[in-house]
Amino acid sequence: MKRLQLLVAIAGLALIVTACGGSTASTEPSGKPAGWLDAVGEGEGALNLIIWEGYAERGAVDPAYDWVTPFETATGCKVSTTSMTDSANGVQLLQSGEYDGGSFSGDASVRLMKAGDVAPVNVSLLSNYANVFSGLKDKAHNSLDGVPYGVPHGRGANVLMWNSDVVTTPPTSWDPVWEGGSAYKGKISVYDSSIYIADAAIHLMATQPALGITDPYQLNDAQFAAAIALLEAQRDNGAVYWGTAADQITSFASGDLVVGTTWQYQANMLASEPKVKIATTLPAEGSTGWSDTWMMATKAKHPNCMYLWMDHMMSAQANGQATVWFGEAPTSQAACDYAETISPGHCEQFHATDEAYFEKVWYWSTPQADCADADAATSCKDQDAWVEAWTTLRGN
Amino acid sequence: MVESRLVRMILRVATAFVMAFLYLPLVVLGLYAFNESKLGAWPPTGLTLKWFGEAAANPAIQTAFINSLIAASCATLIALILGTLAALAVQRHNFFGKNAVSFLFVLPIALPGVITGIALQSTFKLFGVGLGLGTIVIAHATFCVVVAYNNIVARMRRLPRSPEEASADLGADALTTFRRITYPALRTALLSGGLLAFALSFDEVIVTLFAAGAGTKTIPVWIFNAMQRPNELPVVNVVALVLVGLSIIPVWIAQRVSGGEAARGGRY
Amino acid sequence: MTLIRRLVQWFSRRPRAALSAQLAGPFGWILLIYLGSLFVLLLHAFWVKDSFTGKVEPFVWTLEAFGQVLGNPVYLTIALRTILIATLVTLTDALLALPIAYYMSRVASPRTRAILLVGITMPLWASYLVKVYAWRTILQGNGLLSWLLGPLGIDGPGLSEIWSTWLVLSYLWLPYMILPIFAGLERIPNSLLEASVDLGGSAGMTFRRVILPQLLPALAAGSIFTFSLSLGDYIVPDLVSDAKFIGNVIYDNSALGNFPVAAAFSILPVVIMLIYLLLARRAGAFESL
Repeated sequence: MKRLQLLVAIAGLALIVTACGGSTASTEPSGKPAGWLDAVGEGEGALNLIIWEGYAERGAVDPAYDWVTPFETATGCKVSTTSMTDSANGVQLLQSGEYDGGSFSGDASVRLMKAGDVAPVNVSLLSNYANVFSGLKDKAHNSLDGVPYGVPHGRGANVLMWNSDVVTTPPTSWDPVWEGGSAYKGKISVYDSSIYIADAAIHLMATQPALGITDPYQLNDAQFAAAIALLEAQRDNGAVYWGTAADQITSFASGDLVVGTTWQYQANMLASEPKVKIATTLPAEGSTGWSDTWMMATKAKHPNCMYLWMDHMMSAQANGQATVWFGEAPTSQAACDYAETISPGHCEQFHATDEAYFEKVWYWSTPQADCADADAATSCKDQDAWVEAWTTLRGN
Repeated sequence: MVESRLVRMILRVATAFVMAFLYLPLVVLGLYAFNESKLGAWPPTGLTLKWFGEAAANPAIQTAFINSLIAASCATLIALILGTLAALAVQRHNFFGKNAVSFLFVLPIALPGVITGIALQSTFKLFGVGLGLGTIVIAHATFCVVVAYNNIVARMRRLPRSPEEASADLGADALTTFRRITYPALRTALLSGGLLAFALSFDEVIVTLFAAGAGTKTIPVWIFNAMQRPNELPVVNVVALVLVGLSIIPVWIAQRVSGGEAARGGRY
Repeated sequence: MTLIRRLVQWFSRRPRAALSAQLAGPFGWILLIYLGSLFVLLLHAFWVKDSFTGKVEPFVWTLEAFGQVLGNPVYLTIALRTILIATLVTLTDALLALPIAYYMSRVASPRTRAILLVGITMPLWASYLVKVYAWRTILQGNGLLSWLLGPLGIDGPGLSEIWSTWLVLSYLWLPYMILPIFAGLERIPNSLLEASVDLGGSAGMTFRRVILPQLLPALAAGSIFTFSLSLGDYIVPDLVSDAKFIGNVIYDNSALGNFPVAAAFSILPVVIMLIYLLLARRAGAFESL
């Protein structure tokens, strides 16, 4: 009898835990997609964002670069951020349901749109959207069926960075991190994410054209194997993998690493340290890159604040500061004009209106089994295969 | 003395070496709290106190500190209650599965934290439980129970049963016996177990990273995130230095109350 | 108060019920929350994560996760690497802990002993993360270690080999090995050692044949911590090396939302630790914890 009572007590406890944790499903009026806003109301007082490191500064590093505090003062939405290590991590964070939105690159945004994790955006509510360059609107990575799912933040390329005291001749190709890597054995810095396989593919496009790679993210078995072989050679040259920007900055500053792939952000941060001389370039073969979009989660707890943030990040001052700070191309002429005042020549340097430049930049996108083309006969390695291959590469 | 002079000399040198080894990173951490440069390169470029000011003014640090205190206090309280109940049951009774209980109770700290973390996170997700301070307390209490339990069981092994039996013989009920006989004898074990549980919870990061949600940061979670941001390293070192300094308080209290025994884990 | 007294009296007439109620709280907690969540994790090993949407589909049973883990030899490499380091760390800590524990227990004056005890527990109060990062700055190129070893012409381990993880992990868990060994030594009566000397045993023989066997439970207890903590750690390999350990595989997969693969792989460290715990219990570790 007592044992039964004990069991009942335990079962009751289990019920309580389940009941307290039950998720509440929101019922949407029919006809409206989930998360759609017809009007932007009062800010809810808080905003949780997933960002790339450096995308939401509040003057902690350089008081002149602060586009978060003015937003908080104007809207009352207190911003809290979490930095993602790579796009797959970003997808996972958004799916946890703890965030209102974030800045997503093409290899995350398409997955989130198709899975219904992010909501279509009612751009008529965002006054700054009209100013955005038309070349960034209604792209495959930020819209679905003609409906925008986010607002552009900026775009840029992954660049080659080197310590000019050690690498005395400025390189013009990616060779120092690939075949030429033995010259810098053990001091090569490489991005620790499966998406980096595309960088190997880009190098192969120039050095092994016979493989016939046309899209570095959609690789068939032979092309993929060649890319992995290249990466294994790089690993055997003692490549060191960076997972966070801070990691790479520290290693370059201490002289541990002298050449590698990076975001312009790290180079900007290192420029302020007198100990090392850093230079960057976009090599001749082209590079991978990203075009980032602010997107709102379908289940966002603070949708009004998110809309206010999206509008804010398209404004001239915020976008200008953010893109100068990180080192990427702004999204509107007004932002370009503002950027000129804080960093003359910025838009020129980052090719904000130069579509031809971005022809050589392959935005991060998701590898798909059907090669994302109309040809039913082709089959490529999918996202899971990329992650698996990267795990194998890094684990050995 | 059984040992020869040579042996004793060797032991002294070995001890000094080990102590130096133990304190080397703490000295480095202290040094970097005053480092002028924002990056962690060696040697420090200059000395400054400005990071202390920045740390004091940082609202995220204050919130994280309060979260840590709340989580640790709640977890310790739960751990002490549950640990005492379990210890009393195991030490004073014989029942079916008694050995299994002891084994079971060791699991939360014997199995790697990453497993506990991912198990809890996947469970919370499956049942739709939102991650936050509550889930952190649940996670911490789970392994803190073990610490409290071990301390109390270790003490109870040394306690004779006769005073309790005498108390029962003299007509006191279970509650009175506990209040007047058992509890006073256990007090230092409770204090040391509680201290250890508090320290464990306060510094825990591996399981907490899985159990904390987006908005809730304890001090270790804040440190983990800050370490990934360039330029926040000196502030992190300041926070760590201050925490080591603050930890002298509970160690001192434990020393005063129990004559040093509680501060050293209750058994040594 | 009278209600509580009534309750206590009710229970005192039913000792079995009292015991059950007493155990229900802690046992229920461990059972439901801890074992329950482990069980849910085990279930995840039989599910799969959708490749494109990235979501786990619950209650759709498949052996795909196991297939992935068993089909790729890299997981075995990672597991062996981790077990090797965990073993090395345990041995290193035992070697480092014995002299200092012996000194504290048998040679040091009571005052020195008290100071050393506090001195050994103080580093445990410093943040684990910050200690690891301090080691990173010590070990990195042109860091403190290079600065010290440079004049001697020796190269430090640097941050890309796994030897740095061995060093840092040994550092972190050392106090957890020293304290149980110290307690174990305290329990060995002086008379035993004197008897050994009287019977003509040298210092080495006394140590090997008298002290070490008596210390076995304490060594086993300390080793539970050093082995288990090293087996599951992912932050140390992440910060001070480029290598992937068991903990990294689990953490990385959870960061990608791939609970099924993480769960399938977790079965290995759990089984390893269960076996280790059973062996340690045989050696008497549980009385020395």
